[in-house]
Amino acid sequence: MAEAATGALRRTLNLRRPDEVYNAIIDAHRDLDDDQCRAFDAGLILLLANHVGDADVIAEALAAARLSLNGGSRAD
Amino acid sequence: MSSYEYRHYPYQRPPELDGKGKRRPVVIVGAGLAGPTLALALAVRGVASVLLDEDDTVSNGSRSICQAQHSLETWDRFGIAQRMVDKGITWEQGEVYLHDTPIYHFNLAPEPGHKFPAFVNLQQYYVEEYLFDRCLAEKLIDLRFRNKVVGVRPDSKGVVLDVETPDGRYTLEADWLVACDGVRSTVRHLLGLPFPGEVFHDQFLIADIRFTSDLPKERRFWFYPSFHPTNSVLLHRQADNVLRVDFQLGRDADPEEEKKPENVDRRLRQMFGPEATWEHEWCSVYTFTCRMMERFVQGRVIFAGDAAHVVSPFGARGGNAAVADVDNLAWKLARVLDGTSPASLLESYCSERRAAAQENILNSTRSTDFITPKFPASRAFRDATLALAREFPFARSLVNSGRLSVPTIQPGSSIDTPEGDTDWLRGPAPGTAMVDAPVVNGRGGFLVDHVGPGFTLISFAARAVDLPELPAGMTGVMVAREGSAPSGWTALQDRDGLLRQRYDGRAGTAYLIRPDRYVAARWRRPDARELAAALRRATGHG
Ligand SMILES: Cc1cc2nc3c(=O)[nH]c(=O)nc-3n(C[C@H](O)[C@H](O)[C@H](O)COP(=O)(O)OP(=O)(O)OC[C@H]3O[C@@H](n4cnc5c(N)ncnc54)[C@H](O)[C@@H]3O)c2cc1C
Repeated sequence: MAEAATGALRRTLNLRRPDEVYNAIIDAHRDLDDDQCRAFDAGLILLLANHVGDADVIAEALAAARLSLNGGSRAD
Repeated sequence: MSSYEYRHYPYQRPPELDGKGKRRPVVIVGAGLAGPTLALALAVRGVASVLLDEDDTVSNGSRSICQAQHSLETWDRFGIAQRMVDKGITWEQGEVYLHDTPIYHFNLAPEPGHKFPAFVNLQQYYVEEYLFDRCLAEKLIDLRFRNKVVGVRPDSKGVVLDVETPDGRYTLEADWLVACDGVRSTVRHLLGLPFPGEVFHDQFLIADIRFTSDLPKERRFWFYPSFHPTNSVLLHRQADNVLRVDFQLGRDADPEEEKKPENVDRRLRQMFGPEATWEHEWCSVYTFTCRMMERFVQGRVIFAGDAAHVVSPFGARGGNAAVADVDNLAWKLARVLDGTSPASLLESYCSERRAAAQENILNSTRSTDFITPKFPASRAFRDATLALAREFPFARSLVNSGRLSVPTIQPGSSIDTPEGDTDWLRGPAPGTAMVDAPVVNGRGGFLVDHVGPGFTLISFAARAVDLPELPAGMTGVMVAREGSAPSGWTALQDRDGLLRQRYDGRAGTAYLIRPDRYVAARWRRPDARELAAALRRATGHG
């Protein structure tokens, strides 16, 4: 993938009630098996990506999300 | 099996076999879609060619059925496009289904006022038949059936070919050889040139069948329909009440089993129900590849069409790209042959059409990945897109059942002039294809009728006296509110106001259109010096 421009993706809190949003996401997955989770997340990502609408932000988020694979370390 | 009667065109003993050959400026190998179109486009410019084909008939099977607007405009130059429109099925609408429910309807030609529709569906054998008829009537084209190229020896001045015929073998010398000999190009093999790319393993079954009842005119595409629940199906109408049904079979299907008429009929019966009746026209199981040569011009040998690049059938890009290739090539080769341009002009054929092939391959690979996802996450996103599509319009736009062929964009070509003015609201930029609009010139017509075969300047003006001075080698089309056309100019009225709208044509605006109907340059108010510089650049003298 092309190197994402940095600075487009928000790094500081943008949620008024962060615990509620976080738990709403978790709760939405609670009754789903792994395949259903994958399907659900795919739909969710598409909906949110369209809402964000900014290809640079999305590209940066795609790169940043890889951090979740390595417990937060940059090496991948 | 087929209702189409394959004509066998006569073979004639070539004069070279009796020692009466002479060196030819252009030899074209392959009379599919690209070869005859090139021969005709050269003939329009007064260039003679020899066109060789190993066969003596048209395409075996329907193959390419969707003939795009840009191709029709090219064929219109030879007077055969109307015949195709009359015989074919004009369609602009399509419907995408998930299971058995429509989720997305599209219209490819939302705007009126074009001479030709977005697509005409016509079997490749008809297109080739009309091309052959026209080639056989053209004195500058020497079309030779059952002449198979078996040897190619390039040298610095040209190429020597070995050609096999029913009467034996002969050699033919040419200044330029154009290989339009298809995906398995003999010329490419003989020269040992690589054809790198990607191989796809999914199999598809094509069944072309003739129906007697009323048929849908639109394109229909199903994901997981109840009559083929594990995969996708495409349905498309062709001339003579023929339907194309294209079943995705997956990787593991046995092609010989699938092709058996009883198995094809079983699938069709599930699809069309107990009442329908049909006859078989053509049946084939295919897989596909996406490949492209590194260079389309190799000394005096030029490659075009499938010989130079191939894509998946999704998007109807193969045949239409082949036509666009030779449209791009013909005027350049004609200029190189008559010495008005240097041979380096052909470099722009290579770079522009490679960029186009890349765009086609990218689009076709994306469609392929959507239709046949390669890994579980890809499938999850595809299925989520389909599931959301009914309710969310944005997701409909992501559904990719083939992004249908439109003229590719060739930005930044060395022969186009970068834009100086920046206040364009609309209109085709350099590197994009011109757009058509209705005009009046004595009688009704379309802009495409007044462009070419050379370079054309489209000028918008308040008064004819405001027009810029035309450099030699350019004809003018004036869209003026008053005054009659000076010499070298044709006056057009903007019938519905669409011309000014589509070109953002304020007074003073001018577009330089290349012979292949791509925009070379545009200005808000060019002077004679700028026009001449753009023309020099576009003809390889820049
Ligand atoms: C199932 C299917 C569906 C398709 N649908 C579409 C569509 O809807 N729209 C679209 O635009 N495209 C479509 N295509 C692609 C299209 O058919 C090709 O891209 C197109 O035919 C390419 O034209 P061409 O002239 O480059 O090659 P071809 O049409 O393959 O012509 C090559 C010619 O060279 C001749 N030849 C080969 N070797 C020699 C030799 N040694 N000596 C002399 N002659 C030789 C052959 O006889 C042949 O006539 C489809 C293809 C398939 C298979």
